Amino acid sequence: MSQQPNPQTVTLTIDGRSVTVPKGTTILRAAEMVGIKIPHYCYHPGLSSPAMCRLCLVEVEGWPKLAPSCKTAVAEGQVVHTDSEKARAQRTGVLEFYLVNHPLDCPICDQSGECKLQDYVFAEGRVHGRSREPKRVFGRDDFGGDVLFYGDRCVMCTRCVRFMREVAQDDRLCVVERGSRSVIDTFFEKGLEGSPFAGNIVDICPVGALVSKDFLYKARAWDLDHTPSVCPSCSQGCNISIHTRDNLVQRLKPRENLEVNGWWMCDYGRFNYEWMNRRDRLSVPVVGGKAVGWSEAVNSLAEDLRAAIGQGAVRAVCSPLASNEDMGFLRALVDVLGGGEIYYRSRRAPDEIVLPGYPILARRRDLAPNVRGAELQGMIRVGDDEARGGLDQVASHEGIVLVLGDPLLDQGEDFGGRAAVYVYFGTYPSVAAGRARFVLPITTFAESEGTWINVQGRVQRFWPALRAPGEAWPAWRVLGSMLAALGEGPAPAEAHVAFERVAQRTPALEGISYRDIGTRGVMVREPALVSGD
Amino acid sequence: MAYPYTHPKEVRLLSRYFGDPGARSLEGWKARGGYQALPKAFEMGRDRVIEEVKASGLRGRGGAGFPTGVKWSFMPKERTRPHYLLCNADESEPGTFKDRELLRWTPHQVIEGIAIAAYAIQAEQSYIYCRGEFFETTQVLARALEEAYEAGILGENAMGSGIRIDITIHVGAGAYICGEETGLMNSLEGRRGQPRVKPPFPAQAGYRGMPTTVNNVETLASVPYITLHGGEAYRAYGTDQSPGTKLFCVSGHVRKPGNYELPLGFPLMELIEDVCGGLREGRRLKAVIPGGSSVPILSAEECWDCLLSYEGVAKAGSQLGCASVIVMDDTTDIVKQVRRMVGFYAHESCGQCTPCREGSAWMEKILRRIEEGRGTEEDLDTLMEVAGQMEGTTICVLSDSAAAPVKSSIMKFRDEYLARIRTGERVGAA
Ligand SMILES: Cc1cc2nc3c(=O)[nH]c(=O)nc-3n(C[C@H](O)[C@H](O)[C@H](O)COP(=O)(O)O)c2cc1C
Ligand code: SF4
Ligand code: SF4
Ligand code: SF4
Repeated sequence: MSQQPNPQTVTLTIDGRSVTVPKGTTILRAAEMVGIKIPHYCYHPGLSSPAMCRLCLVEVEGWPKLAPSCKTAVAEGQVVHTDSEKARAQRTGVLEFYLVNHPLDCPICDQSGECKLQDYVFAEGRVHGRSREPKRVFGRDDFGGDVLFYGDRCVMCTRCVRFMREVAQDDRLCVVERGSRSVIDTFFEKGLEGSPFAGNIVDICPVGALVSKDFLYKARAWDLDHTPSVCPSCSQGCNISIHTRDNLVQRLKPRENLEVNGWWMCDYGRFNYEWMNRRDRLSVPVVGGKAVGWSEAVNSLAEDLRAAIGQGAVRAVCSPLASNEDMGFLRALVDVLGGGEIYYRSRRAPDEIVLPGYPILARRRDLAPNVRGAELQGMIRVGDDEARGGLDQVASHEGIVLVLGDPLLDQGEDFGGRAAVYVYFGTYPSVAAGRARFVLPITTFAESEGTWINVQGRVQRFWPALRAPGEAWPAWRVLGSMLAALGEGPAPAEAHVAFERVAQRTPALEGISYRDIGTRGVMVREPALVSGD
Repeated sequence: MAYPYTHPKEVRLLSRYFGDPGARSLEGWKARGGYQALPKAFEMGRDRVIEEVKASGLRGRGGAGFPTGVKWSFMPKERTRPHYLLCNADESEPGTFKDRELLRWTPHQVIEGIAIAAYAIQAEQSYIYCRGEFFETTQVLARALEEAYEAGILGENAMGSGIRIDITIHVGAGAYICGEETGLMNSLEGRRGQPRVKPPFPAQAGYRGMPTTVNNVETLASVPYITLHGGEAYRAYGTDQSPGTKLFCVSGHVRKPGNYELPLGFPLMELIEDVCGGLREGRRLKAVIPGGSSVPILSAEECWDCLLSYEGVAKAGSQLGCASVIVMDDTTDIVKQVRRMVGFYAHESCGQCTPCREGSAWMEKILRRIEEGRGTEEDLDTLMEVAGQMEGTTICVLSDSAAAPVKSSIMKFRDEYLARIRTGERVGAA
């Protein structure tokens, strides 16, 4: 029996390697699949391919001219050379063209260190450029919003223009003039001001032509640590990377995840990070006004709680920023203490802001990352759209009161004043924590490992990007230790153990392993149980 | 009075009424035999019209010389979506001024040609994309169109055929690149006038993504004659590979510059010396650009036995292009000439492709430095390499066009460059 070629696939040879890919795949993508990276500027997987930078040209045997690999579909039996003399000469030539007018001001350019012009020229450029001519000068332009434009560095890939046109569908950028006088410009005086997704153009600009005002001159790219994470600013849960230096968040960048956010994130989420750098933190456990060590705090709290069991239901408040692990252990503790209700408050925006060209991504109404997790743990939403109010029955509760993560900004000094035991697990000092006998410092998501569940019902992991202040622990660790002190299993020492313990007692998470979640996340088992927005 | 200059050796199939204002009106054009070809085309049927144009061997007069009948036959046979015909009247190639004359003196000839072509390729709507600077021309054309509509030649029921043929004028904004067929489509759609990557080709997805044919004004102006007299009659002129007549736009250092319609294959030197009255007193021929600024320069020696057909000019080392013959005598400063041409391309490059955008501007700067006497011999090597990097590496051929004069002039007039570099000496009148 002869082997029938699959009509849905095409087999070709790239640099001597045989590759089988779905029909219609471009040469550039096919090469990528076998680890061959073809340099390019104008091509971006999330945008149309104008094939204009002419950097990705490769040799196809039998073709008279080099082919733009970003736009040329593979053909059966095709023999492609990305590294032949002709292909390399093309790249070297094009790179020299880029440098004819490029200012090479790397020392003062924010992109330096993560610049595709640096990378490509370093790899395949001429050692010395031949141009001796004066360069054309455009200078700097404020594009509005967070975006600054350094026209002289632009490689005219039009990614920014196409992002605004095709993805944001808010046509605010264009190329004006032509030839080497071509320059990116905004249509109107307001430029990008108010465009909710414009920050993405800074990410996709392959050079330092578009830079962030917020990040300008804050750090060199090579000094930044990158930690995979999830945006905490709404329930979409865009995958992000937290860039830190000196134990401070310097910026957030989107991290590719086609199921959640593609290559994009919204500006609201992107710039909502300063709170992670707050210095006015709770950093040591305080019991009865005295700073103590964790073991003393845990033991003394366990004692108080044991004494209080049976004195009515527990009332708890939990922040929707808390992880599934925090929430699961909080639920377990409440159950051990005789059961009771857990409330959560979430800020809600009036509308979703959909990214039209990638509509599964929207800045969601719930401006918190784990509303779904809270729902899974049976927590009850209270308060208004500003996350205020709704806590009267907690403020004056006479039994056990537990507050986890909610800063209680709208509550007064009397909060919890009548409680048998009032425990405040928090990150910042709060007026409303004044009556708490136990004020226990916990970490923010940026300082800990954990998971959230986004609006789609997708469990996603984040990793510690910052060192926690002082003695602060992840809430699950404090709660796990409490449970252990109350005789409920061993204290979990690691986040994955915490997740597994929570997963065991949460039907929707059953069978999901921490490792499987990886950097891309997995859907909860019963997404239908997760209510829609 | 004869149109600026005419010559007995001309065969004036298209240009017979140049200089005759009476030919501009519908009445006048009919009196001169106009609008007989369109009804004949309806009678013949689409397929035969296309066959006849194929048989004539007519090649596109916009520069590329692609066989027109073959191009039309690429259009889908069944019209399931709108088809479009775009008449390319963006004529901006330096040295070219034939389409303007066809439109301005014989607008009905062009309209009839468009109507026949539109019928043949089943385009209910055609556009004439006019160069922005053609002010008078556009006025004349608009008046003629109005007349044709009033007379029922165009419209829902063109000449009573039951076939819809609509023609609309679109005035460009003065960009050379909008003459490139896909740049033209973008411009017509209201987008930035920049060429598209091919494939898809216009016959598959052109204007508004629909099957489209783009033809030059002169190409379309030749269609009524071919329809009326047949492909064989057209083949009575010209050569086997380049049948028919062609308008030659002669400019530069000849005594009688102008448009001359000659059978293809006409000797270049005879055009210069006889038809155009020769060079000025006491001058020697230095160089000729035979097909508009986009084609390689010919040295005087290469001109001696050059025949003005597609194959003849190719044999001499250049291209016929749109047959714009730029004649340069020994007063010409080649370095300056080339710098000005490259400057044109640098100015007109749409700027998409890196080699064209950067290369054309860079070459212009180097050439200007050489022209000012501040060049080096290495600059010539750099120019040759930069030009080489610009050839065959871009979306459209404007880049190749910018490279052509540089490469050919350095190869053929290296001494002149060297003289300028070494001694600052200027050749010619500057
Ligand atoms: C840069 C550039 C400019 C062009 N300008 C014109 C023009 O002004 N007029 C024209 O008819 N063709 C022009 N062309 C050629 C057109 O792309 C196209 O080939 C032609 O209009 C087809 O018509 P034809 O087959 O009748 O020649 C240009 C091509 C290029 C690459
Ligand atoms: S500003 Fe950046 S993204 Fe925009 S065209 Fe220039 S290099 Fe490309
Ligand atoms: S859409 Fe939501 S999750 Fe995504 S970046 Fe914006 S705020 Fe963050
Ligand atoms: S070759 Fe030049 S004119 Fe043609 S598309 Fe590229 S940049 Fe534009």
